Amino acid sequence: MSEVQVPSAYVAPKGRSLFEPHRIFLMLVFAVLIFCVAWFMRWDWLPRYQDRLIYGVGQTLLMLFSTAIVGFLFAVPLGLVQVTGPKPLALLARGFCTLIRGTPLLLQLWLLYYGLGSVFAQFPEIRSSFLWPYLRQAWPYGFTALMISFAAYEGEVMRGAFAGVPRGELEAARAFGMGRFTLFRRIWLPRAIHRALPTLTGETVLQLKSTPLVATVTVVDVYAIISRVRQETYLTYEPLLLLALIYLCLTGILVYAFRLLENRIPTRGV
Amino acid sequence: MAETAQAIEVRDLHKRFGPLEVLKGVSLTARQGDVIALIGGSGSGKSTFLRCINMLELPTAGKVTIHGETIEMKSDGHGGLMPANRRQIQRLRTKLGMVFQSFNLWQHMTVLQNVIEVPVHVLGQPRDKAVEVAEALLRRVGLYEKRDAYPSFLSGGQQQRAAIARALAIQPLVMLFDEPTSALDPELVGEVLSVIGDLAQEKRTMILVTHEMKFARQVASHVVYLHGGVIEEQGPPEAIFENPQSERLKKFISSIH
Repeated sequence: MSEVQVPSAYVAPKGRSLFEPHRIFLMLVFAVLIFCVAWFMRWDWLPRYQDRLIYGVGQTLLMLFSTAIVGFLFAVPLGLVQVTGPKPLALLARGFCTLIRGTPLLLQLWLLYYGLGSVFAQFPEIRSSFLWPYLRQAWPYGFTALMISFAAYEGEVMRGAFAGVPRGELEAARAFGMGRFTLFRRIWLPRAIHRALPTLTGETVLQLKSTPLVATVTVVDVYAIISRVRQETYLTYEPLLLLALIYLCLTGILVYAFRLLENRIPTRGV
Repeated sequence: MAETAQAIEVRDLHKRFGPLEVLKGVSLTARQGDVIALIGGSGSGKSTFLRCINMLELPTAGKVTIHGETIEMKSDGHGGLMPANRRQIQRLRTKLGMVFQSFNLWQHMTVLQNVIEVPVHVLGQPRDKAVEVAEALLRRVGLYEKRDAYPSFLSGGQQQRAAIARALAIQPLVMLFDEPTSALDPELVGEVLSVIGDLAQEKRTMILVTHEMKFARQVASHVVYLHGGVIEEQGPPEAIFENPQSERLKKFISSIH
């Protein structure tokens, strides 16, 4: 432990001016590219699809957040039992994580939608149940596949995060008479999430970019809308470039939001 | 309970780690106002003994009584003991303020949050009252200005003083110190010892495992020398340090100086 005033070993170099020759050159190249894209390509279809695109982005975000939040709620117990046991549960959780992480998400999605979906349809009991109006749609299968996948990956992340919380901090909590539930809620879980946050940022970005898979089972997200644009306008590059830009912006916003969350608890020299 | 009541009474404590018997029957009584220093070489079992008092380590055999209440234990079926009543242990632990060698502050909380955590979330005190007490304690250990800092931004000495404030915040019957200065750089030891010395002066009951012999001699009312899992010698500090009886203690003291 050293005093706060002591400078860290690594000193970041001073920020350079934005207007150095090589930077100006690169910015010019980029500006020319943007100009070419805007001027020489066709964007007249944009106003016609504007509303549908906004709807699609909303669906993509809904898919992302719902699967990430519910998936994370499953990831916490999945990670925890692998650290605390009991052994049979730990093995079960590990098996689940290995199975899901070891097979392609697209395969899982299709197994659920084409496999389970068609099995459900064969049972009159299910067809007449109150769930059928939902089960005959595509989104429950897309949601389930993405959610399970997120749970499995994050379960593994949380396992490491739980195991990595220093024993001494948990011991201190016990030494002051904390019960097991309070200890988990107040110390272990927040500490583990804080440790896992940088990894979770990356995983959530990956999850965002897994969402277009649901378009393959007819869920309408922003990717599906763009496919529609391509079919109807016979344009190839313009819609795809726009799609790339949309995902890029969403990723940037996500990363920024997570960064804010991380900075709420500053840590030094991790 | 009267002022002179026994704060802690330990009877015939045994602790075994596999084939290794670390404590071979240690008994100790701490009355209110006692400052007991546990000294001994490494591996003598002094830290283990301290950790058995609040059941961070479960003793293999023996009895621990805190403020007249004996901790209920039952056989674990493998020749050891396990808690018979978890709630009782949790309740009794809130009477013992533990300070660790490695501070063990909760890194995701500020200093102030660390200090009010147990009063608010274990003892159920109202938050504003806990904050008031905590700020007074932090002022006392000289960390009031650092109350909103996170532990990783503090020096070791500051962290340990914050940990002492955290332990004091539960208004403990007894303070337990487990080598509180062993993880500190030499120049930071003094600030922590002076805080502990102040506590000793106001007759706060403490059990202190330490390697700081000079300090033990200054503040302790009673010194216990552990060797090989038994109490080799005990008595007032003058007797222990000026006039040790056993050969081992003589050697130990001369090796320190």
